[in-house]
Amino acid sequence: MEMEKRAVWLEELKRIFPGERVLTGLADRHAYSFDASFGEYLPEVVVQPHNKEQIQSLIRLANRHRVPVYPRGSASSLSGGPLPVYGGIVVDMSAYPKRLTIDRENMLAIVTPSVLTAEIHRKAEEVGLFYPPDPSSSNVSTIGGNLMENSSGPKGLKYGTTKDYVIGLEVITPTGEIIRTGGKTVKNVTGYDLTRLLVGSEGTLGIVTEAILRLIPKPKARKTLMAAFPRFEDSGYALTRILSSQILPSAMEVMDQYCIRAVEAYEPSGLPLDAEAILIIEMDGHPQAIEDEAVQCEAICREQGATLVKVAATREEQEQIWKARKLISPAIARLGPTKISEDATVPRSQIPEMMKRLRQIREKYRLNLVVFGHAGDGNLHPNILTDRRNAEEMARVELAIAEIFTTAVELGGTLSGEHGIGLLKKPFMEMELGEHGVAMMKKIKQAWDPNNIMNPGKIFPEKVVLRDEKPAVRESV
Amino acid sequence: MKNRLYEKAYEAANACVQCGYCLPACPTYASMGKESASPRGRIHLVKMAAEEKIDLLRDLKMPLDLCLGCRACETVCPLNVKYGEILEAAREEIHHRQTAHPAPGDRFMWTMLRHVFPYPERLRWLGNLARFLQWSGLRRMLRASGLIRLLPEKAAWFERALPDMPPLRERLRFGQVYPAKGKRKVRVALFTGCVMDAVMYKINRATANLLTAIGAEVVVPSGQNCCGALHLHQGLAEEAKKLAQKNIEAFEQCEADWIVNNAGGCGAALKEYDRLLADDPEWSPRARRFAEKTKDISEILLEYGPLPYENGPEMIVTYQDSCHLRNVQRVTRAPRALIEQIPGVRLVEMEGADRCCGSGGIYNLLHFSESMTILDEKMERVQETGAQVVVSGNPGCILQMQIGIERAGASRRMRSVHLVELLAERCGLG
Repeated sequence: MEMEKRAVWLEELKRIFPGERVLTGLADRHAYSFDASFGEYLPEVVVQPHNKEQIQSLIRLANRHRVPVYPRGSASSLSGGPLPVYGGIVVDMSAYPKRLTIDRENMLAIVTPSVLTAEIHRKAEEVGLFYPPDPSSSNVSTIGGNLMENSSGPKGLKYGTTKDYVIGLEVITPTGEIIRTGGKTVKNVTGYDLTRLLVGSEGTLGIVTEAILRLIPKPKARKTLMAAFPRFEDSGYALTRILSSQILPSAMEVMDQYCIRAVEAYEPSGLPLDAEAILIIEMDGHPQAIEDEAVQCEAICREQGATLVKVAATREEQEQIWKARKLISPAIARLGPTKISEDATVPRSQIPEMMKRLRQIREKYRLNLVVFGHAGDGNLHPNILTDRRNAEEMARVELAIAEIFTTAVELGGTLSGEHGIGLLKKPFMEMELGEHGVAMMKKIKQAWDPNNIMNPGKIFPEKVVLRDEKPAVRESV
Repeated sequence: MKNRLYEKAYEAANACVQCGYCLPACPTYASMGKESASPRGRIHLVKMAAEEKIDLLRDLKMPLDLCLGCRACETVCPLNVKYGEILEAAREEIHHRQTAHPAPGDRFMWTMLRHVFPYPERLRWLGNLARFLQWSGLRRMLRASGLIRLLPEKAAWFERALPDMPPLRERLRFGQVYPAKGKRKVRVALFTGCVMDAVMYKINRATANLLTAIGAEVVVPSGQNCCGALHLHQGLAEEAKKLAQKNIEAFEQCEADWIVNNAGGCGAALKEYDRLLADDPEWSPRARRFAEKTKDISEILLEYGPLPYENGPEMIVTYQDSCHLRNVQRVTRAPRALIEQIPGVRLVEMEGADRCCGSGGIYNLLHFSESMTILDEKMERVQETGAQVVVSGNPGCILQMQIGIERAGASRRMRSVHLVELLAERCGLG
């Protein structure tokens, strides 16, 4: 029965797309069964749309046959955002035509969703403009996926997050209409702000086919310094004092002692092994201003007990400092083949307390838990290195993750700063938003997507079973 | 219950966290535009095959066959996942299964790999035949009469791109020592390679001339043979090991300071002998010593130079990285530095010089149309530089770039050469 139904909609699908853009082979389907989290679900088919009319027809087909649709960009999601948890159709938007126009007069970038985030950086900077959001995956993430997850990277404190730069969208809604939200003006109060609703909606409210992004003038210079603190709390005090001295760094990255040791073991570069925290602080702006600010930052760090402060004098030294941060990934990977990257975020003042609790969680569950992240905006990245084949340890991992979420919310923070809720954090939604808060979001979802075809199985806690079949078996968790 | 693929490759494949940082570096992901043609996708499929969720031959073989093996993904991987190892292990397993059910053409390829490539004299015989065709007038006759058009498309392109072969006496002699000019600075042993020795021996001769000119004594050890890279890439690991052992033996005897080669792909294989023979207690330390001594010709020329350049005409040159020279041996600076030293020559970098040209060992023979898609795109980048000469450091790349030049109809204004050919030409040693 189910097979016959599939045959029918597959046949229709093949009339919408040319043959080479409908992938049904087992290898191709498996190649679209994962993202950068660790879930794995086999889609029934993968399509690669070339224009919005194809997407529109696809969505209408999905509504007619109640087939789930899973849009994805480069699938670098850490929360399971694009995973086809109920099988269905994966829509590979990374293969959508790439168009990127820089409007210099209005300081805008107009892009199709398949353009890579880093490409926007490059093209903007070529003409002296700047697109600040910079998730660490920007070299691979498509702007479409980036907007849908609303990930932003290290510059949130000074420059705000991705949603602050999206001022207009063209979207195909879950019922197949093409709508435009916002526009080309920075100011716009006409009607509800659907743009902001869509950014960060994790692919549950539509498929973006164009985005209008705001750009700003590019800062003239950058200055980087690194400071190592024997006590973690002191790094927190240093940050607070820097900010209260009217200095607003463009990035303030922190790494904990386990990161430091892992990096130093991986590639020795003289990081102090007895330090509990290393801060990397970057300022941008007018060269003379940041020169002055760097001097002040250095003094503050020393007064707060930093045993080592390095201010980069040259571009090479600057890269050297950032290298320690970049080496975290390969260094901690040696602690275990499965990496679970979280992004619980707390108000900045609670960072020392959060760190203390994370240390307790690490000990309580005997796990390789390391922490680094964007200290300026309270967005920490606790990473657990484990092996998903070890069922006993994975059970402890799940408990630890639950405790991390609870702690973050307790401290006035949030489940996710930039990775999204996706799959793993679904059960915790009510804890943060309350019953009515979640219910209000669900109402919005139902209004937009009455047949629940658009990325079903994400964000909301309860099981949504489409059609009369069982959900695809969730493997390897 | 663990199958052989699981034993060999699962651990390495499982180290991939699927972050996708490799996607922008992968030439086949760019040209084919789907995840099963990406490093991350291929690694995942190897894992799926190891877990027996997909079939080795029916599902895994094609995606892996379509990989160029350029290993650009390894240079950008934040976790240093060993893609090359995973690919080789999977191909070995596929070959193992395939032996029972060969596809058309497999037997011919295996016969060539087993019974021709390991024997320098057999390859030389083939090379001589090719030269006979070039010089006997037979080729001109075929071309003039239009009979050449009867060749299949790809054979015709290869025929047009094959460089002219000089007299056979130009070939270096095994067992010969070529003395340094002037004071001897260093003693090097030259790895001649199989195709290089049989067909492109002009390049080996130029290599020896340049080396002796900078004061290197050059030994050409007898008993050496093909490096085994082609075998390894086709999953014939046992054959590759045998070839490696023979080479190690041959080069141990001549006690040179360095083992020099002029083919990026071969050099990469030689440098990885330690890994190839890691499980063999007797051979492992010998392989490590061999690998440590292995250098690309450009590294030696830069270190022991300068070369005796002569003034020559103004010329624009662009450099195409050989993938295995760049991504495996990590040699990028030396060839460019040498080109920049030549009086009158200006090096203009093409966009994406670090991306594969689509040659991929014998990929262009096995997957002609996929290879040509990548090549034609590459040629657009080459043409933008306005170069008269495209330089690279591997026989496959040289031939491929010449095919690209022919296809672009640019053979009157552009040619593809090995780095040492250009250097020898500009030192009057050609």
